Order: sequence, then structure tokens, then C-alpha cells
Amino acid sequence: MSSTATVDNLEIPAESRLNYLNASYGIKSWLLTTDHKRIALLYLVSITFMFLVGGVAATLMRLHLIEPQGALVDPETYNRLFSIHGIVMVFFFLVPSIPATLGNFLVPMMIGARDVAFPKLNLMSWYIYITGAAFTLYAAVTGGVDTGWTFYTPFSSNYSHSAVIPVALGVFITGFSSILTGLNFIVTIHKMRAPGMTWFRLPLFIWAMYATSIIFILGTPVIAITLFLLGLERLLHIGIFDPAVGGDPLLFQHLFWFYSHPAVYIMILPGMGVISELITAFSRKRIFGYSFVAFSSMAIAVISFLVWGHHMFVTGQSVYAGLVFSVLSFLVAIPSAVKVFNWTATLYKGSISYQAPMLYALGFIGLFTMGGLTGLFLASLAVDVHLNGTYFVVAHFHYIMVGGAVMAYMGGLHFWWPKITGRLYPDAWARFSALVIFVGFNLTFFPQFVMGYLGMPRRYAVYPPEFQVLNVMSSAGASVLAVGYVIPLVYFIWSMRYGPPAGPNPWGAKGLEWETPSPPPTENFEEIPIVTEEAYNYPQLPEVARG
Amino acid sequence: MGAVWTAFPELHPPAASSIAQGVDKLYFFLTLITLFFTALIFGTIFYFMIRYRRRKEDELAGGPHEHLPLELTWTIIPTLICVVIFIWASFLYVRNSRPPKASMDIFVIGKQWMWHIEHPEGVREINELHVPVNTPVRIIMTSQDVIHDFYIPAFRVKKDALPGRYTSLWFEATEVGTYHFYCAQYCGTDHSKMIGWVYVMNPTDYAAWLAGGSKTESMADAGEKLFTRYACATCHLSDGSGRGPSLVGLFGKPEKLLTGESRVVDESLLRQAISVPNSVRLSNFPPIMPSYQGQINEEQLLQLISYIKSLGSEERKTSGK
Repeated sequence: MSSTATVDNLEIPAESRLNYLNASYGIKSWLLTTDHKRIALLYLVSITFMFLVGGVAATLMRLHLIEPQGALVDPETYNRLFSIHGIVMVFFFLVPSIPATLGNFLVPMMIGARDVAFPKLNLMSWYIYITGAAFTLYAAVTGGVDTGWTFYTPFSSNYSHSAVIPVALGVFITGFSSILTGLNFIVTIHKMRAPGMTWFRLPLFIWAMYATSIIFILGTPVIAITLFLLGLERLLHIGIFDPAVGGDPLLFQHLFWFYSHPAVYIMILPGMGVISELITAFSRKRIFGYSFVAFSSMAIAVISFLVWGHHMFVTGQSVYAGLVFSVLSFLVAIPSAVKVFNWTATLYKGSISYQAPMLYALGFIGLFTMGGLTGLFLASLAVDVHLNGTYFVVAHFHYIMVGGAVMAYMGGLHFWWPKITGRLYPDAWARFSALVIFVGFNLTFFPQFVMGYLGMPRRYAVYPPEFQVLNVMSSAGASVLAVGYVIPLVYFIWSMRYGPPAGPNPWGAKGLEWETPSPPPTENFEEIPIVTEEAYNYPQLPEVARG
Repeated sequence: MGAVWTAFPELHPPAASSIAQGVDKLYFFLTLITLFFTALIFGTIFYFMIRYRRRKEDELAGGPHEHLPLELTWTIIPTLICVVIFIWASFLYVRNSRPPKASMDIFVIGKQWMWHIEHPEGVREINELHVPVNTPVRIIMTSQDVIHDFYIPAFRVKKDALPGRYTSLWFEATEVGTYHFYCAQYCGTDHSKMIGWVYVMNPTDYAAWLAGGSKTESMADAGEKLFTRYACATCHLSDGSGRGPSLVGLFGKPEKLLTGESRVVDESLLRQAISVPNSVRLSNFPPIMPSYQGQINEEQLLQLISYIKSLGSEERKTSGK
């Protein structure tokens, strides 16, 4: 508790103090910055824009599906809408979301470093991301792409008449930004921890970032190779995926999912890291089972590379391969369950308060639990045969990706916003929007589980009329959800100018990032801190004192 | 399960095949597991939220932060549950993927954006599939272009139709009626219009339907004509003295390939032998067969295979062929 005194001294208005935001001005000072915090903000603006692009596409899709015959667009356009929605949301929002924004901002701060190990590579990763995004968006507005985000051959290689190459090139390029971010984090976490910051004193967010980074650098090259082959096939017809000349269209799926299944964990592991921070801060407790939560991240990172075949149970893959991939898929569920139980147990005898970030965190646990449990249906071979390719799958992965990853991202953004900007946002509005998002999300995606078991296939521009009621429910939910996402956009922007100063530690949270002013100075810490305690070491009652 | 299940018909499709109920039972069990754990987690969280809400600003938390027995409990119990589900689901899957010996074959060719279906008797259908009730039916399928997926929700069966190879699924319809089938693998512009109906009929109705269908000749007869047209018999003499192996009675027998691999002669092997002959050479024959890939379309390929299958069967022997 020695830090309290110094923290109080720092409680001076942000404007009168030099920090990373006012250290220099002008567009050049941003575009050429090597400050990890500014790069995080560059990423924040970019991915928010991409989220809006993907969100608009989703909203149009849901509007279209109000009518069985389609209310809005023709099938060609609908196919382009769901393709761009998937591609933008997966590769340009979810994958970079938490690592590139919160991760970039927080990894050095949480471990007591002044920056990441390779600041210039960090800036380069943003430029690579922007270049990739530009290719993809260019293709999207000049004709679009109709392959879905999965690019399955031979449709994508030989049959699609849309802009497959520019979009695939965009995704290919953006992959390198992930690799650079992962590389940076791994080296930073290994080499730049402050004195006393041992591995088992690291905040769990850092463990999650470390696990994510491993997948980044091991998995991303595979998607790059796969898309490169797809490009070669499409341009030169070399025949790798074309059965007419001895190629194998399923080879593409093996390669694609070898990256894209681990990529699911790229999207959810950082979210899990955020939740560990939020739950502890708002219940003023150490995390329950620190090492179990930390090692479960690593277990997920490793096993995630061995389960790709569960996307291919109905492709004609051998029964024995199906059995192996099924058992491994069940196995990867266990560490996730362990995390959920540990978060829940952390609340026990806590001192729990309910500001907006905590609402997001609790929402995450609930929705992630449902997303995880419905994953068991899809790992179960005989049931997956029925559910594969239906709306059940759509519902399941949106519970993980939106109910999980996006809720965690929103929670994290609300939690660290005062640190990032030095300002507070109106908590009542934030709690209200968290509630709107939770309700809207469930209304959108829960009916899709039922739709899926009833047999409605995904990616249908028109559908049999018996599915209309469920589709209308889902579309109604989507509009609620859209409102829920717009509200934070408004008050976040408002708070940057009008929000009251946050002070260094508005939540009374533990962690090195809270021991420096908000917004932090460019060098993060006036003096490199010396760590003498374990993570989340909140002062605690002796065991007997509380009934 | 029965009562709860039937009380909510809007939550599941009709169960109209011999495997549907088995899949539904597992689905129901998984739903119960999901409800139980969701209620457990939500309930515990809500209880803790109220019980341990912060009452004073300077309040301190209590409680343990580690407990090995608990960690083991909530690792081992979910693992055991997963093992049970895995075994159950795999048992069903293995059983559901083996067609009964006596199943009747129907051929399905997917193409952008329609399903072309052909019965061995030669009756062709588009986006409609007529089958007899209580008879095991094996669907052998392929695709003429991209990957499609043949999906009948009421039967709980689904399988990709892949270009360049055969895949199969089987079902035994148990309820007379009309059911949807869909393409469940995205295949381009009119993917969502690549749907149709399965008509499950009484055997007598089915026989009448077959008889009244617009057939010209059986698939095997059509195949025989192709066999003649392409002069296959020049080498494939029926007494085995030709430059190629005799095809009489070949189907369903294990054959040792030049590579040392032993494979049962099935539709996939015959397809490969016609398209890329040298990839499945038999050891005692020279590599002189040309590839017919590109010359014979998917439908003709199926007809040829039907003809080769019929060689050596009792029916064809007695008719003097």
C-alpha cells in the first residue's frame, strides 16, 4: 500500500501535466509515433471503423431476412453482405480487437515497461493492417466478394465471379500485422518485465496475451500460405484444389481450419484475460485459482491446433478421423469450463460493485457459458451431422464471438477508458447500454439455436416460410443490439471533451497501470516500479471476520 | 423425454427416419446438461451478486483464493460428462454411418443450383426424391461443380457432395410424408434455392410411381450402351483373357493394387479407375487404359458403374449378358 501516497500526489488535472496525448500535436506526431499507447489508439479508431462496416452489413442482412422471400436485396447482394460481414468482423475486428488496442496499451504498462520491445515494428503492424483493410474495403465497394469468410474451394478458386483475389490479398496482408503484434508481445513479456515482476505475478491479462501471441505467430503463416495457394489456383489454375486435374478441394478446408480454429481462440483468449482483470477489480479480490486460470490459457492455445477437423465431420472425412477430432474438441472445452468456475468462485465473499465494466464481465460469463455448452452439441458427432451448416452453428459462434469476445472488449474498453483518456464517461448510460446489448444479443441469437435444430441452413438469402417467426425475432433483436452499440460510441466521444477527470485509479484497482497518472506520461512510469506482491493483492479481511 | 419432447413440436423437426430418435435423445440430454450448467452458473452469480454486494465504500473482501479439491472437482466432473457424451455420440455416429447390406441405391448429382436425382431403374427427378418407407436407402452422390451438401433435417442426415469423388449417406424413412431437403454447403448465388422435397411413400405407391415415371431405360442398360460405345469390351473381355481385367463379378470383391494396397471394388474405386486409371492399377495388367475424364459426364459415369455392378449378378446372367 505504499503506492497510495504517490498516487494521491498525482491527482492533478490532466491538462496541466505532460502526458502521451498532449506530448506532441499534429497529424504527423500520430502517424509516425512509436508510442505503444498512441498506436493502440490508431488501432482503436481503425477497428471501430471496421466494426461499423461489419455491423452495417449485419444489420442489412437481418433486415433482409424479415421476409422469407427476402425483404431488401437480391441473393447476389445478400451473399456479398454476409461475406463482407464475416471477413471484416473476423479478420479486421475480432482478431486485432483486444490485442491491438487494449493489448498494445496495457502489455507494457502492466509489466512495468516503457514500451514494447520493438516500437517501430509495432507502428509497422498498424500500417500493414491499414493496407490490408484498404484492399478488402476497396474490393467490397467495387463489386464485393461472395465466397463467405471461409473462401471454400473450388467455389472461390474456379467458380466465383467476384473480387476474391483483392479480398484474399487484404486478409493475407493483414495477417502480417498479427504476426508482428504477437512477436512484439512475446519478446516484451519475456524480456521487459519490471524488477520483481515474476511470471506468476503477471496479471492474467498478460498470460492471455502471451497465449494469444503464440497462436498469432504459429497460426497466421498457415492462413497466409492457404490464401496464397488460393490466389495461385485462381490466377494460374495450378490445380491444387481442383479434382479435375488431381487436386483436392478438401485440402483447402484442412489448411483453412488449421489456422481458423485456433483463430477462434485468438478472439476469445484475450477476452478471457480481460474478464480476469474485471472480476478481480470489482470484487476487490485475488483471482480464485491463479495458476489454473493461467495454465488453462496455455492449454487452450496448444489444444486449439488439434481440433480443426471438427469443422469437417460431414465432408466425407473418415469415421476414425471424426472420432479423434471429436474427442480433442471435448478436451478443449475443459480449460474453458475451469476458467468459468474460477471466475464465479472469485465472487465468493467478494465486495462486489456494479459499475458498467463489471456488468459486461458478468454478461460475458453467462453468454460464454452458453456458447461453450452449445459447443458440446457440435463436438458430438451424431448431433453435429444434423447441426453442421445450420443456424445452430451461427448462434453458437456468435455466443462465443459476440457474447464472449465483444462483451469482453466492451468491458475492457469501459474499464481502461479513464486510463486511456483521463476522463470518466457517464456510468449510468454505460450500465444502460450494457443491459441493452445483453438483451438485444440474446434476442438476436437465441432463436437461431432453435432455427438450427429445425434445420434451417445458414447463408440462405431466402428461406421456407415456416422459419419466419424465429427470423423476425432475431431481426428485432439485431436492431436492439445495434442501438446498444451506438450509445457507447456517443458517450465515449462525449467524454473525451466533457467527461470529468478520472484520476489515476478511479476503480480502486490493483495493477501497475493504475499506479501512474491518467492519461499516462509517454514513458508510462516516472520510475520503473519494483514489484513486491502478487497480482490482485487486494487488502483482505482475515478469514474469521466476515460471516 | 417423450412427453416433454412431443409437447413442443415447434422446437424440433419431425423425426421421420430410423436414426432420428436416437439423435434427438442425445440432443435432449445435451440440452438438459446445458440448462443445468447455465442455471448453476447464473444462479451462483446472482446469489453472490446480491449476497456479497458492496455495502460500504471501504469494505474489504474475504474468502479463499485457492482450493485444490474444488479445482479438481470442477475439472474432473466436466471431463467425465464429456467422456459420456463423446462415447454416446460416437456410438451413434459409427452406427449411423454404416448402411445396412441390403439398402437400395439412389444417385444424386449436385450442380449449381439444383439436385439431379436418378433411380437405378432409370427414373430421373429434379429437386424431388421419392423413396419407399421402411426401406434402407443409400444415397451415393457427387457434384458437377462446387461443393454442395445434401441435408434432410427430418432424417437427421447430411453429407457433402464433392466434385471428383463419391460420398454417401443412408437412411431408412419411417413415416410416410413430405419433408424438406436442402443444400447445406454454401455454393454461390442461388444456394438458398437449391432445395427440394423428399416424398416418403408406401412401397406399393412407390412401385406405382416408379412405373409411371418418365424413364427410358435402367441406369445399367444405359451404362451397357456406353460400354459398347466406348468399346470397353475390346480389352475387358468377360472371360478374363483380355488386356484388361474381366469386370464380371468384380464389384464388391477386394483387389490387390499395384501399390500393394488392398481395396474393395466400390463405386469410388471404379470412378477412379475410369477417370485416372493408372492410379489404381492391378498388378497383372499393363498400364494401357486411357483416362476418360472429361469425356464422360457425371451421369454417364454413374450409369457405367451401375452396369459394371450389374455384371455377374444373377439377373444379368439369366438374361444372357
